Amino acid sequence: MSSVPYESVIVVAGVLFVLGLAGLLARRNLLFVLVSLEIMVNAAGLAFVAAGSRWGRPDGQVVFLFILAVAAAEVSVGLALLLQIRRHFKTLDSNAAGTMKG
Amino acid sequence: MTFEAVVFWAAAAIAVASTLLVITRSNAVHALLYLIVSFLAVAVMFFVLGAPLAAGLEVIIYAGAIVVLFVFVVMMFNLQAERPRPNAWTRLRTWAGPAALSAILLAEMVIVLARGGKHGLGPVAVPPRAVGSSLFGAYVLGVELAAMLLLAAVVGAAHLGSRKPASHHRLFEEPPS
Repeated sequence: MSSVPYESVIVVAGVLFVLGLAGLLARRNLLFVLVSLEIMVNAAGLAFVAAGSRWGRPDGQVVFLFILAVAAAEVSVGLALLLQIRRHFKTLDSNAAGTMKG
Repeated sequence: MTFEAVVFWAAAAIAVASTLLVITRSNAVHALLYLIVSFLAVAVMFFVLGAPLAAGLEVIIYAGAIVVLFVFVVMMFNLQAERPRPNAWTRLRTWAGPAALSAILLAEMVIVLARGGKHGLGPVAVPPRAVGSSLFGAYVLGVELAAMLLLAAVVGAAHLGSRKPASHHRLFEEPPS
């Protein structure tokens, strides 16, 4: 761990996470919803790497690798769903896909 | 304030600013440009924290692969664009912001390299060798689970993305008329 305090890294990760959450709540475009999810996942990974570096253990980066795999899987399936929604509803507005049947 | 702290806080400021710009853009391509800058800034923060493996993977996977997926999908949408936007790519305003933020990150990297650091700024807190032996030692079950998850994601994306079937879910079925 270099001279950057652990707590300040956690604060930066929290700020990034809250920015992603704000984008998730504020945007109606489903593409931006997916982007905001990526930002939040990335902020969580930053917190893990900071914790692993704080105690000098490799576990933080190992969990970051798992987060990377989960993010890649999530974005690929999410974008495929986005293509289907766009093809069916002719829009990316999340309100258009908000009504359920049954 | 030490040199590491200056580099870290500059990268943190760039990450927060570009993330703020990502969630406020109306144009998807502009937002993705800022998203790349945000991921690069987080990679710089990983580097300062003594995690060079995580920094490299952040650049390769996040800023490389995942954003490329987003860009491909945006390009597929633009094939059916509602209105043409001529010369939107060549306008200075489009790429001036991401270019300026990336230039700051590039300047940081040049300064770090000019100071003679070869393996990160300070002593590397967690070398990649330790991460690898932990990943394939204690966490090998997680690696196999991640492989199964990625296989399921590949099959699911190929199934959902295929154009042939009429519907995959009752949400997408045509309403009975």
